[in-house]
Parts: sequence; structure tokens; C-alpha cells
Amino acid sequence: MQQMTVLDQTNGTAALDVAAVSHSYGPKKALDTVSFAIAPGTFTVLLGLNGAGKTTLFSLISHLYDTRQGSIRIFGHDVTRASGEALRRLGIVFQARTLDLDLSVHQNLSYHASLHGIGAREARKRIAAVLETVDMAGRLNDKARSLSGGQMRRVEIARALLHRPHLLLLDEATVGLDVQSRAGILADIRRLVRSEGISAFWATHLIDEVEDSDHVVVLAEGTVVADGVVSDVVRAANANNIGEAFSKLVRKAPAAQGATA
Amino acid sequence: MNSPVQGKSIGASATPIAAPDFGLYNYLVCLKGVLVREGLRFLNQRERFISSLVRPLLWLFIFAAGFRQVLGVSIIPPYKTYVLYEVYITPGLCGMILLFSGMQSSLSMVYDREMGNMRTLLVSPFPRWFLLVSKLLAGVVVSIAQVYVFLAIAWFWDVKAPPVGYLMVLPALFLAGLMLGALGLLLSSLIKQLENFAGVMNFVIFPMYFASPALYPLWRVQESSPLLHKICQLNPFTYAVELIRFAFYGQIEWTSLAVVIGFTAIFLAAAIIAYDPSRGLVIRKQDAGGNG
Repeated sequence: MQQMTVLDQTNGTAALDVAAVSHSYGPKKALDTVSFAIAPGTFTVLLGLNGAGKTTLFSLISHLYDTRQGSIRIFGHDVTRASGEALRRLGIVFQARTLDLDLSVHQNLSYHASLHGIGAREARKRIAAVLETVDMAGRLNDKARSLSGGQMRRVEIARALLHRPHLLLLDEATVGLDVQSRAGILADIRRLVRSEGISAFWATHLIDEVEDSDHVVVLAEGTVVADGVVSDVVRAANANNIGEAFSKLVRKAPAAQGATA
Repeated sequence: MNSPVQGKSIGASATPIAAPDFGLYNYLVCLKGVLVREGLRFLNQRERFISSLVRPLLWLFIFAAGFRQVLGVSIIPPYKTYVLYEVYITPGLCGMILLFSGMQSSLSMVYDREMGNMRTLLVSPFPRWFLLVSKLLAGVVVSIAQVYVFLAIAWFWDVKAPPVGYLMVLPALFLAGLMLGALGLLLSSLIKQLENFAGVMNFVIFPMYFASPALYPLWRVQESSPLLHKICQLNPFTYAVELIRFAFYGQIEWTSLAVVIGFTAIFLAAAIIAYDPSRGLVIRKQDAGGNG
């Protein structure tokens, strides 16, 4: 029997639909009327410098913060009004390390499985499968503390996949890793998008993580300054490559011109 | 907005994809997961376990022995005869374990929040109130286990309650643990940084402990300071201690029961509101958690 991929189950609904979202920390505006949508089964890069608002946007998407202005939908489910339905479809790799260092890899993943209502027997099967996916099957019983930064990141990705999400959020997932680990993790996520039909939303400030075929959303000073396929963004910015386009777009951002706080 | 390229709409208004709802089984799985994790963390932190026992044992073995002759205790309910001072303070020391444990949970939640572990809990699709109650219950189970280990050691020190009292005290310990754990949960939403926890020790734990009948009966306090007696009467920990004390002798102290249940409801409701992303305090206190 042919297995259904995530893509087969989505009926063309946007994986992520962010509509006119604004967010402030006191008087400081972190996001200003941010709007974009991500198609199911695509790899989308959220490109922005440090402080551009990427983590704030991810905190809103994952309902750590409430969306007070605008709306965010994950496969049609409003994150604020139907947070449970939305979060069930969402796998998250946070920028900060979030493994419990005193627990083993298996215990960390079991805990996550229980937070998604997955029983012990099913969890064991899934844990074995996701660790295989990220090439960490041999470290099941090792304490998280004993893993390298890259290995911890792989376990966090395995954890994010455990409940079979349709959309994977990765916030600066390669930060602090060596070149080889970065390339490996990025390749793994791209492979998952191709083979499983998962949508990936990859936040980064590193231009070399962007490929020509990617959908890219460029965030600068809390506003979306470009949204489209890389080649279109490069052309529209009248640049030779995405790196040059990014520099131009960031320079033109409203705050850079003194338009926002 | 400067937007040279804007993506086209991708079926944003299409029908949401349905998934089966969580049933009771899934909720129990989640609760069990939180309980197991809290238990594993506790077992992995042996220093925490040992220090949680050393504190009350020091009071029992040293403080009580030294003050036995100074602090006489008359026959007051639930005691029907004169009791050793060690026997008198044992319920208070049980309460002390629950109090410190509740605050320890609070500390661990602030630590989890700073380290990012808290996010893995908060992005679970289960309702946030359920996640917080699970966390609370897990903390209470761990603290009750500590109390029973303490009582077992006290037994060998010849500090004994009626045998049935060890069973009767369980619901009292559970309720008192819930109240103090809920207070810890609420405080964890108010404490911005780990460093502020010293303030909790000075402004919450010690005043609550000393302004209660844990170490001396309230009639003694009234004799020396009517004002302090009033303060003791306003202290919810007073009622937790009395609930435990009476339960050891198979009795229910109804006022204490009502007060403990009432404060549990208040603290828990406030904590749930504080952790609610739409209304809570945590959103205002926590930074974005990254630099992106």
C-alpha cells in the first residue's frame, strides 16, 4: 500500500498563513503588519538579521505569545482561537537548547511524546524511527548532557518530528554549530520536505543556507521587505544574488530610514 | 511597507484539516509523562533530595532536642496527653517539606523558563491549565514521597503518630501540597529571573513558616504578641500545618480544610491566568527568548 505523505492530506490549505500581524514589547514594535503565506510541502526560509523579529514571530506562531493584532493560521487553524489544533500540526526547534540535560535521549523524547498524548508503546516505535531519521539511533540511552551541540540539535529535530507535524519551525537551528553539522542538518530537513511532504519554515541570518529554489521571506526591523522565490526576490531587488539582494533590502527597511522605533 | 516581491495567496481560506480530538487516554498519557519527568529529575538531583531531608531532620534532631525544655506544649487538640516537643513539631516539619518543595518547583520553573525547557511544555497542544495542573500534581507527588521518607526516619527516632495516622495524613499532605505548589506556580510567573529567588526565601518561605503553629502553638504566640497572632491567623500555611496535625490523629480540622481548599483555588486560578498567553504576566516578563 502506498503511504500518504503529509502533502496528500493538506488539500491545498496554506501550511502557514500570517495575516497583518503586529507585536510590541511595551513601546518597542517588534513586528509591524507582517503578512505572508507558506505552501504545503515547501522549504521556506525566514531571512533576517539578529533583532529583525524572527524569534518574536516564531513565539507568536507557536502560541508562546498571544497574537493580539492580525491572525496566524496553521493549516487553517487559528493559533489563538484553536491553539490545540494548530499546535498539533506544528513541530518546533527553538533557537535555545531545550533538552533536559539530566535526562537521556529516550527520556527526553518520551516526555515530548506524552505532551502530545502519544502512549508508551507507540512512542517507543516513533522514537526509534525519528532517531533513525536524524542518524542518532545509537545514542538512545545516552544522557543529553553527553551529546555534542550538533547531536543535541539532531535530537531536538527528532523530537520535533515525533508527533508527525505537518509544519516544522526551525529557529536558527544551526546557530553555534560547525560547518559540517550545519550542512548535515540543513540537508536532513530538505530531504524531509522532499520525502515526507512536510513544510519547513527555517529562520536564519546566514545567506549560504538559502538555495535558489527556496521560498524566502525577508524580515527587516519587524517588517516583511520581500516574499517570494529566491530568483524573483533577487530580480526585484535588482541584485546579482540573494546575498546582495538581502543587503539592499535590509538597508531599505523602514527602521533603517528612521520610519519605526 | 517596502515589499518588492509579495507571495501569492496559497489557499489560506481553505477548510482546516481535521484531526481526532484528544480523549481521556491522551490526557492521562500527558499527565503520566509530566509525573515521570518530574520524578526522574528529582532522582537525578540527589543533592536536592538529600537537602530536602536534611533541613527538617536538623530541626527534629537538634532544634527540637534543644528547645524541648524551653517551649512547653500544653494539652491542646488534637493531643489528649502531653506530647514530646518533637511530636508537636513533626506536622510542621511535614509542612516545611511541602513548603520548600513547592518553592523548589517554582525555582525549577523559573530555571526551565530561563533555559528554554519550559517552552517544550507550553507548546504542547493540551490546554495550558491542564499542563500547569499536571506540573503541579507531579510536584506534589514528589514532595509527598519526601515527607514519607522523613516520617520513616522520624519513626526510628521514636517520633511516632498512631499507625493509622500515616494513612489518614495522606489526603491532608496532598491538599497542603497542592496549596503550596499552586503558590509556587504563581510565584514562578511573577519571578523574572532566577536571581530573584533569594527574595522568595526571605519574603515568602521564612515568614510563612515562622508565622505559623509549625514550631509553637498559637496560644503561645497570642500571649506574647496579639499582632503576630493575627498575622499567623491570616497565614495560609497555618491551616496547612493544622490540617496535617489533626489528620495524624484521624481527625479533620474543618476550618483548616476549607481555608486550604480555598487558597488552593485562588493560587491555582491566579497561576493559570498568569501563564495564559492572552492575559498573563509571563508574556510581559519574558523576553522573546532569542535574538532573532
